[in-house]
Amino acid sequence: MLEGALAAAQELRGEEAGAARGGAGLARSLTIKIVSAIVTLFFVLVFNFFLFRVLPADPARNLARGTALTASQMAAVNRTYGLGLPLPQQFWNYLVQTLHWNLGISFEYHIGVSRVIGSALWPTILLVGSSTVFSTIIGVWTGIRGGWHRGSRFDKTSTAINNTLYAMPDFWLGMVLLIVFASKWFIFPEGGMHSFGGGGTGLAGINDLLWHLTLPCIVLTLVYLAEYSLVMRSSLIDEIGSDYLLTARAKGLRDAMVRRRHAVPNALLPSITLIMLNLGFVISGAITTETVFSWPGLGLLSYNALNFPDYPVLEGAFLLFSAAVIAANLIADLLLTVLDPRVRQA
Amino acid sequence: MSVQTETATGIPPISSGRQIAWERRRRAMAKFWQEYRKDRDGMTGLVVLVLMIAVALAAPLLASSRGLNPTLATYPVNAAPGWHYPLGTDSDGRSVLTELIWGSRISLLIGFAATLLSMVIGAVIGIVAGHFGTLNSWFGRQTDNVLMRFTDWFLVVPFLPLAIVLARTLGPSLHVIIIVIGITSWPGTARIIRAQALAVETRPYLERARALGAGHWHQMSKHVLPNVMPLLLANTILTVAGTILSETTLSFLGLGDPTRASWGEMLNGAFNNGVGTGNSLWLIAPGVAIIVVVMAFTLVGHALEAVLNPKLRER
Repeated sequence: MLEGALAAAQELRGEEAGAARGGAGLARSLTIKIVSAIVTLFFVLVFNFFLFRVLPADPARNLARGTALTASQMAAVNRTYGLGLPLPQQFWNYLVQTLHWNLGISFEYHIGVSRVIGSALWPTILLVGSSTVFSTIIGVWTGIRGGWHRGSRFDKTSTAINNTLYAMPDFWLGMVLLIVFASKWFIFPEGGMHSFGGGGTGLAGINDLLWHLTLPCIVLTLVYLAEYSLVMRSSLIDEIGSDYLLTARAKGLRDAMVRRRHAVPNALLPSITLIMLNLGFVISGAITTETVFSWPGLGLLSYNALNFPDYPVLEGAFLLFSAAVIAANLIADLLLTVLDPRVRQA
Repeated sequence: MSVQTETATGIPPISSGRQIAWERRRRAMAKFWQEYRKDRDGMTGLVVLVLMIAVALAAPLLASSRGLNPTLATYPVNAAPGWHYPLGTDSDGRSVLTELIWGSRISLLIGFAATLLSMVIGAVIGIVAGHFGTLNSWFGRQTDNVLMRFTDWFLVVPFLPLAIVLARTLGPSLHVIIIVIGITSWPGTARIIRAQALAVETRPYLERARALGAGHWHQMSKHVLPNVMPLLLANTILTVAGTILSETTLSFLGLGDPTRASWGEMLNGAFNNGVGTGNSLWLIAPGVAIIVVVMAFTLVGHALEAVLNPKLRER
């Protein structure tokens, strides 16, 4: 995935540089990007609809959960969920309903899927958001330090650690941390988001939440910082040989200034693109971590929906995961436009 | 007699064009190997890989497959390491080491097979898009356009949910998991191969081939493919690392084949049977094995890339 994301990042950069030729071109290319994001989203909707229609499941039977239903009861259930309609009609209803944020009714919870997903959204945003902040800061910092002093002991150590982390399944790291810190030493809780009884109100409640957040956040941070650090390091190394750095040194700038003012801002662009692109993937990538730590977010929701099986919830979650990636792509595009002077000044 | 004199001068006997081509390839391979040997990380990775593959192939000699059957397991349950079970036992009383050895077969098999599938899809789409994209015709441009749109779309679909839905739809089996991983991991390859194919297409010998009347198939299979092959190989090795990790994740989520225990299945078993209270090596051992294999593939892949692209060697 790293290679693919990098290729995409580089391509974005190239496109942006090309778009910089004129202000009108810039507005046009932005419009094209937004439109193509919407088109992609539409394709995902179509795919989503048909994918979940081929699943070997009889929703009516599923809802009945083993109890014998009469034919008329089955028909009633099918009517309620609109399952008896012809496919094009079903598809149209699906489109209209999705646009109204009506994603159907959960087989497991018997309430609207949008409500189920809505309640799982905030834990995932908290977990993914906090871990992304940490992995970005630590990853970029170690990448800069390692890349600038290439071959130093710091560089060698951090590259070795990053390669190891990059090869590590995130859920395995989670389970190891759980055994050590929760089962053996009792420093952190076994899982969940709150202690039994809510963990108190006000400051005590926040403390309790942070206490539960620590381990899953560490896992996601470690797994993703490796990628950011490796990319930051190699894009900084690409800049080191550049003429403009030689010029900066010839002007008599100190080494730290050359790095901070000249090399890092240029080398940051691919990392920023990668981090933004990844943000969309991290949300669905958190499925395993959330499962290990029973963190009540979208990931655990999908895992449970998978085992139930609760197809409407799975379908809704899949749609949201895809939308997150598309949105992250678009934001990465737009952000680069703002950050890259070659585009900004056009 | 004549053969002898020719080998003495170091010039091989020239009999056909094919032979010349093979001689050239052999020399290129020898040069490649000389460059590769200098890469210490790459050699470490290669040695580890060879050892791992040897263990997987020799599994029946190292441990009896009877040890995998829970009904035949005679060891104590959740035991710490002992003489007959150096890594302890699982909750069914099976030796973790036996499971680990046999699991390496499944994990490597899925890794290689899924990668092969992904490479074939990625190479075909990349070469076709690159080849027809350089044709100066409406049809050519549209072919390239459609193929790349399709690739881009696959690139934004989040892998894990898609794989979960597919695996769930098709049911848990070894084939399904290979197919699912294969058809979700090719887009990156397709883009890299297309970029390389575009570069190859502009070279004079392709112009010559076209002038001589070579068809699309001949151009793609005889000229473009051999030239993207080295890059494809490096990409393959790196992809195996990814597919092994993907297999682990899917098996962990319970989508693997429970009768063909891979390392991911072992982790799934350890997780579902409360490993915190039992033999923790049941969890540690497969995880370490995964890390070692994935790292070895990554090191070999990067070393291959560095030989192919000297600009990368500075890193």
